[in-house]
Formats: sequence, structure tokens, C-alpha cells
Amino acid sequence: MARITLDHLAHAYKPDPRGPQDYALKEINHVWDQGGAYALLGPSGCGKTTLLNIISGLVHPTRGRIRFDERDVTELSTEARNIAQVFQFPVVYDTMSVRENLAFPLKNRGVPRDRTAARVEEIAHLLDLTRVLDRKARNLTADMKQKISLGRGLVRPDVAAILFDEPLTVIDPHLKWQLRSTLKEIHRALDITMIYVTHDQTEALTFADKVVVMHDGAVVQTGTPEELFERPAHTFVGHFIGSPGMNILPCRVDGATAYIENEPVSLTRAYRTLPQGQRIELGIRPEFVRLQERGDGLPVRVRRIDDIGRARIARVELAGNALAASVPETFAIDGDEAALAFDPRHVHIYADGHLVAGEPAR
Amino acid sequence: MNKTLNHKAWFLVLPVFALVAFSAVVPLMTVVNYSVQDTFGNNQFFWNGVGWFAELLDPSRELGGRFFDALWRTLLFSAIILAIEIPLGIAVALAMPREGWTVALCLVLMALPLLIPWNVVGTIWQVFARGDIGLLGWVVNHLGIDYNYTGHSLDAWVTIIVMDVWHWTSLVALLCYAGLKSIPDAYYQAARIDGASRWAVFRTIQLPKMRRVLLIAVLLRFMDSFMIYTEPFVLTGGGPGNATTFLSIDLVKLALGQFDLGKAAAMSIVYNLIILAICWVFYTVMTNVDADRERVEA
Repeated sequence: MARITLDHLAHAYKPDPRGPQDYALKEINHVWDQGGAYALLGPSGCGKTTLLNIISGLVHPTRGRIRFDERDVTELSTEARNIAQVFQFPVVYDTMSVRENLAFPLKNRGVPRDRTAARVEEIAHLLDLTRVLDRKARNLTADMKQKISLGRGLVRPDVAAILFDEPLTVIDPHLKWQLRSTLKEIHRALDITMIYVTHDQTEALTFADKVVVMHDGAVVQTGTPEELFERPAHTFVGHFIGSPGMNILPCRVDGATAYIENEPVSLTRAYRTLPQGQRIELGIRPEFVRLQERGDGLPVRVRRIDDIGRARIARVELAGNALAASVPETFAIDGDEAALAFDPRHVHIYADGHLVAGEPAR
Repeated sequence: MNKTLNHKAWFLVLPVFALVAFSAVVPLMTVVNYSVQDTFGNNQFFWNGVGWFAELLDPSRELGGRFFDALWRTLLFSAIILAIEIPLGIAVALAMPREGWTVALCLVLMALPLLIPWNVVGTIWQVFARGDIGLLGWVVNHLGIDYNYTGHSLDAWVTIIVMDVWHWTSLVALLCYAGLKSIPDAYYQAARIDGASRWAVFRTIQLPKMRRVLLIAVLLRFMDSFMIYTEPFVLTGGGPGNATTFLSIDLVKLALGQFDLGKAAAMSIVYNLIILAICWVFYTVMTNVDADRERVEA
């Protein structure tokens, strides 16, 4: 049980990194609280796995320290840290039975046989593996194997955190849900810190209490799923989370009014001191855009309406910019002219990709 | 869907049949033909039935005695070769580098002995092991060991075994190396997290993952060593005495040295059947391993 602190951590795979472009993982300061369920979300190649491997000790960081509570573990080997990791492809020891697989980490650490046996039974029960305990592990299905990998982590009573590296990649879709809820149950039952790496936003948002979004080797935002949805700190977060992602439109801001080309959009916050010379953009999620056939609003041209299952998304064009707008099932128009209204509380202004706070407008 | 029935297609495979008939079936049938007849020259043949086979498989007869002597010799040789080359090959593969420019260097160095023709290997070692002018023989003799592969049977055996190990261990090592390379990194990482020792990693990850290539390596090395002819023929000619007369060498002595066509034909058929039987056992074992792997239980 521990709180994991990353202190000015950075990693480069090259031996002598010169500039930030050489770093696979740019400097990061973060605290993973004991017992939290975290997701590390980002596209492939953004440094998530590197970060995970640094925490588990498989990779030694170029700079910075890692602490478990107050203990500095940066120089400790993987086996000396009380960390478990589950990999993308299930790892089972082919020649062993499920029972022997689960007992393996304890056997290696010289735990007495009777204690091992009791613990294995306990974990097998938790993971619903009891009936396959005496089967050969290699003959089982991928989701069973992934449970065994997880079980080998859980079986160690001292384990402080379990790291998951895209564990559901090779699992059949209908079993993904099942396995994910098993993970949540175990998290609730055992009070273990879990860090879950994924590039799938649904997985991240349903699993985690807190999501850490990474982009290009850096953490761009940490927050609850609601925060990420409602107040993306970076246009990348806005775009990456949500389907479709946030609409990002170049604009000009004057006090509490933004202008897209020459169409005014009123804001609830005023931006008097926007940085000069930076790219100013307006962000709004499709869910907070209202499309009407006529009436007040920005004049748009409707290109098409997509049915994405639980919602319908209108693809519209506003002064040369493409936009997505969520529309009700019953929505229909004649022709392609329509009016668009933004919910002003959900309009955000970004300078060079970063959210600008602004101040409440009078 | 109806299959088109067209017997003209047989004409397309006819060349292959003809080729196989001339390269395998006809010569084999000739051997079968010889094995049931006796000849005293002048192209005159007399029916002998299973007489040669009865003589060959009866250890108390002269022919049977030399056949079984050669057979045990060959089996012992194969067993020694496997016992040395398989573990050594695994050890070499484990010691080989995984990445960097040294990989290519190692692979080339390892492949070199495999590229040398058999009789050249025999000649190299024949000279290398000579007591008067050969580097190895000279050094061993000057170390005070009485070594002479043309005089002492043990020395002849040791020389042939060392030669074969030198020639073929790389094959085993290269096969094992390929098996090792196919193990994903995650296995090693998981083993580190599970706190496995180096020995445990070998026992639980590397060895099981190498199982299939090892089976192939064992099969290849068994077959090759069981049929070995050229190198011992060049090096010792089967001597001293009959100490290194393996089955293949004995067969050639019988057929071409003594021109006992009937006995030689019977011996080659039995030799062939032994090899087929062992091949079949290996094949069954290997397919069972695969089936075991593919059977996914619910």
C-alpha cells in the first residue's frame, strides 16, 4: 500500500538527449494516491507505456525520482518493488497449471507452501478461476489467461499497485465488459492502486476515477471523466475524448464576444488579456450545440446527418469551418440552411491549444 | 457446387509421376529385386526368397553379427551426438547477443561450418588430428597424451565426435536462437515482476518456447548422425579394425567392396525401414505437440 510520487520524471531512449524532441517522456510531476483507479489515456506512441514501465522498474528513467510513500525506489529493481503489471498480450507459463502459475511469484519469493496454497485459493475465488485451477494454463482462452496474469499480481499480499498495459487488446468484445467489471470489483474489494493504460476512451472513462491524458510525451490534463468532458484543458483532450470530439474553430476574441470569421458568439467569460501572437481557438462540444431549422443563431449549411447509434450527429459548415452538432432523433430539415446556437457556458477559448481561464463577464 | 470431373488433369501430373518413378521407385524396386535373389556373376540370378533377411536378422550368423555390431555402433554414435550437441546448442543460443551488430557477426561465424562440404570436413580433420603434421594431434601428443586416431579405437571415436560437434552444433544453436527470438519481451518482463530467477526463466519460459524447434533439431541431428558416411569414411575409413564402421560404411563395404548384392540389398531395406520407423515416431510426437497446443478447452 503506497502513494506513488513521480518527481520531475523524464525519459529518453537515446543515450544523450539534447532537446525536448529527444524525450519519449517529457518532464512529469504526478502523485498517484493510494487506492485510486487511474487511467492513462493517449494515442499510440505518446509515452504511456514508457511511463508505466518506469513505475514498475522495467525502464530506468533518464531524470527524476520515483517514490513509494517516502521511500525512493528509483534505483530498485523490478522484483524489489511491490508492483505488479499486466501486459497487452496475456503472459502465462506454458508448462504450468493455473494453480502453479498463480503460485509462481510467491514460490520465487520463498513464501511457505501452506500460506501460498491458501492465498492462491483466495485469489482464484476472487477471479472466478477456481474450476480451472488444475488445468494447463496454455489451453485456456485469452480472457482466462489475462485473468491469470492479473492473479499473479494480486497473489502477492504486499502489492502496492497494479499496472495494466492495454490489457483488453486481445480480448473478445463481449468479454471485455465482463473483464472490466471484474477489475472494478477487485479494485473495490482490495483497495489497491490501479493504473490502466489504454488508447480507448470508453475503457478509460468507464474504468477510472481519474484519467490522465497524455499527448506527445507529456501529460496534458488530469481529471475526472466529467472534468475532461466539460472543461478540456487542451484542444487535444477536447478532440481525443468524446465521439465525435470537440469542435475547434479559429476565432478572434474581443472581451466577452468571440468572432468566427465575422459571426459573433457571446461568451459567459471575458478574455481581456489574451496572449499576443498565439493561435486563438474556440472549442465547443457537439453535445452543447443546438441546431434549429430557423430562428436565432449562426447561419450554417447542413452537409449530412450521421446516425451513430445512440445519437445523431449533423455535420454542418459554418463560415468555411466543419462542425459537428448533436441533434435529436426527430430532427429533420428542408433544404440545407439552418441556424446554430452555442450553449455559452460550454464555450471555451484556447490559446495555442491551452485553455484560457478568462474572468467572469459582468 | 458441382465439381468438374476431367480426367485430362492426370496428364498434367504425369511428368511428376514419371520423374518420381525413375528417381525413387525404380531404383528401390531394383533393390527389392536384388534382396530376394542370389547371383554368381554373368548376370545369372537365382531365387533366394527371404534367405538374406533371415541371415541378416540372426546375430549368430556372420552377416547378422556384423549388421548388429554396426547398428549398435551407429545408435551409440547418434545418442552421444544428441547428448552433446543439443545442450551445447541451447547454451550457445542463450549466450548469443540479441541485438546490435554482433548478431550478424555471430550468425555468419556460426553458419561457416555448415557451409563446408562433408568430405572437406573429413579431410580438414584428418590432417588437423594427425600426430606428425596436424596441429591438434601434434599438440595433444606433446602434452604427453598418447593420441593416434588411426591406431586406437577410442581416439578414433573421440575425433569423429569432436568433428561432428564442430560441424553441426551451429545448426542446433541457430534453430534454438530462432526459437528464443520469437519469445515476446512481455514474458521476460512478467518474469522479472514475478521475481523469477535466471534458472526459472529458462525452465518456465525459454525451454517450453523452444520445444518445437528443439524437436526439429533432435530429428535432424538424429537422422543425419544415423546416416553419417562421408566424414568417418574420409577420416578413418571405418577403422581401426571395425571400430568406426557405422551402418552406412558397412553397407558400402558389403555392396561395393565384396559385391554381395543380395546381402547389401537386404541390409539397405532394413536400414531404410529403421529410419522410416524412427521418422514416423518423431512425426507422431511432433503433430501431437501441435494438436495439444491448438486444442483450446472451453
